[in-house]
Amino acid sequence: MKRFLILFLAMGILLAGCTDTTTHSRAVYMLMDTSGTYTAELKKAQAIINFLLGTLQPGDSLAVARIDTGSFSEKDIIQKTTFDGRPSVANEQKRVFRQKIDDFVTAVKPSPYTDITGGVLQAVEYLNETGTGKRTILVFSDMEEDLKKGYVRDFPIQISGVDVVALNVTKLRQDIVDPRKYMSRLAQWEKRVISGGGKWRVINDLEHLEKMLQE
Amino acid sequence: MEHFMILQNRPEISVLLAVMISLVLLYLVRSQAHKSIRAFCRVISNAMRLAAASVVNAEKKLAQRNREVLLASGMKEIESELEREFQRVEAVVQRDLQVYPSFHRKMDDLVTKIDEDYANSTEAPPLPPPWISAVQAFAEVPADKDGGVAMILGEIHKTLEHQQKSALEEYRKSSATRHGLLKKIMPFCRQLSKSLEKVGKTITGLEERAKIIDEKMADYEQIRANSETAVRKLSSSSLTQFVIAGLVMLIAIGGAVINFNLIALPMSEMVGGGSYIGPHKTSDVAALVIILVELSMGLFLMESLRITHLFPLISNMDDRLRTRMLWISFSLLFVLAGVESSLAFMRDRIASDMEALRQSLAGAELAATSARSLIPTIGQMVLGFVLPFALTFVAIPLESFIQSSRTVLGICAMGFLRLMAFVLRLIGNVAHYFGKILVSLYDLVIAPFLWVEKKIVREHRTEIKMSPKEEVSQ
Repeated sequence: MKRFLILFLAMGILLAGCTDTTTHSRAVYMLMDTSGTYTAELKKAQAIINFLLGTLQPGDSLAVARIDTGSFSEKDIIQKTTFDGRPSVANEQKRVFRQKIDDFVTAVKPSPYTDITGGVLQAVEYLNETGTGKRTILVFSDMEEDLKKGYVRDFPIQISGVDVVALNVTKLRQDIVDPRKYMSRLAQWEKRVISGGGKWRVINDLEHLEKMLQE
Repeated sequence: MEHFMILQNRPEISVLLAVMISLVLLYLVRSQAHKSIRAFCRVISNAMRLAAASVVNAEKKLAQRNREVLLASGMKEIESELEREFQRVEAVVQRDLQVYPSFHRKMDDLVTKIDEDYANSTEAPPLPPPWISAVQAFAEVPADKDGGVAMILGEIHKTLEHQQKSALEEYRKSSATRHGLLKKIMPFCRQLSKSLEKVGKTITGLEERAKIIDEKMADYEQIRANSETAVRKLSSSSLTQFVIAGLVMLIAIGGAVINFNLIALPMSEMVGGGSYIGPHKTSDVAALVIILVELSMGLFLMESLRITHLFPLISNMDDRLRTRMLWISFSLLFVLAGVESSLAFMRDRIASDMEALRQSLAGAELAATSARSLIPTIGQMVLGFVLPFALTFVAIPLESFIQSSRTVLGICAMGFLRLMAFVLRLIGNVAHYFGKILVSLYDLVIAPFLWVEKKIVREHRTEIKMSPKEEVSQ
């Protein structure tokens, strides 16, 4: 009997050791540009968030934050949550999340400046805290950074192990006149992300986002 | 490359010289080279032949072992079949023939009764009246004139008619009594017929059983005699069993997969959907464990019922202990089936909640919940409850599969060893002939030198032949 108990305990410890809660879960941090005319695009962002809510599984984490004048702040996080392991509770959390986002989108006011770097830094901080295996930052913006005087953001950012995905990168008026500006803007961001140890992608079609999240 | 040039700036001549030198060298070491090639190929060939012989030996041993296993299992099977047949015969004898003495007595009584009644019912011929001879004598008296005799005869005639009437009545009465007696025999006859029919059936059943036992005994004797026919018959039976059991197992695996899908999602509600054991979700593993536990309980149940004999320990248990085990395994199976049914209910709820959330996220209007039919929910619950019990019966094909797989695997291993022996022999032969080909190729490369050598040798021989003649002529 004693030997059986020891064997049982050993098996329990072995199984507990095998249990892995970090590597398989996913954390997504979505940054929404609320500057100037881009506010009009927020309905699309809402659809993407709904899509994320439908795709993410129990145990995954999701945070949505706005990009404004100074985005490196917890105050800019509109809603963040790690979905419970129980599907019924996770569903309830998703409903609450959705309501918060709906409320935000209806009441949002445009910000005068766009601090994307600050938002990305805040996102990296949050994602590292979650300790998940797959970490993704979705940047819903035109990727045109417009900093307030005195804000320092021209330094390398450390985003190793994070996928950075630029969503719905709209072409600005000057981009239509000179497409090189659009390309150089994206290339500059790509360079920053890759040099920081991250992966860079641009997705303008939601179907591609679905495939990416399923990977 | 330049280092190998014999003449600088003359690569063609250098190559030619190198080839010539190589050919000369090859010619010089021809005999040693031939020996080396032959020896090398012989080593490979012999090694392969040796290995092939060893494999053939292993195959023979395996065949012998397979034969023994097959015969032993066949013998065991026939022994159990014979035991079962004898048990049936015993049951028939106990049920029907144990009461044979009383039955025989009953039959005897019936026959006596019938015999008595029959004897009583026999027709007794009516006896002629004793005065009939007197009447006859009187009737022969010649008629007189006054008619006295005629009167007497008339009176006698009347008396005779009267007597005849009364005799007829009496005869009718006795016939009625006899018929009554015969009527009384009828139920006894029927009873007798039924009893005989019953005995006949029992005897026929016993006869059939005896025939089956004879056949089984013949098979048993064949197995004991280690005959080829028995081995062939048992092998074919094993293969059939293997295929059939495999098919049933596949069906059972399908059932287990459905069962798994039924409980995997609600298990995440119990153990959490975010944790993993290795690359698999803990909820999936937990669902699988539940199904495997159900299967184990099913196996124990079948073992306790002595339907299968996978665990000799259980079938050899004391009857009281075995019954206890039977009830324990059945109770656990019942509880697990109940749990599974609840999980199926929970699954339905979670799935509908998820669907509602997806619809709301997609912006679609929600369907009225009251309109949802209860049939799928009940169906899932029933399925969740029934499947564990249905999977219990997997124990039977599993046992057949395991038992027949011993023979089938043995046959496959024999086939593999046979193939291996063939390949090894083939390699050995190829190596042997390859050596010969290499020797021939070697000679082909230095063919000009050999030709010259042959020429010289021939001339030399001619010279030797010529020289004695010259000596003689001198």
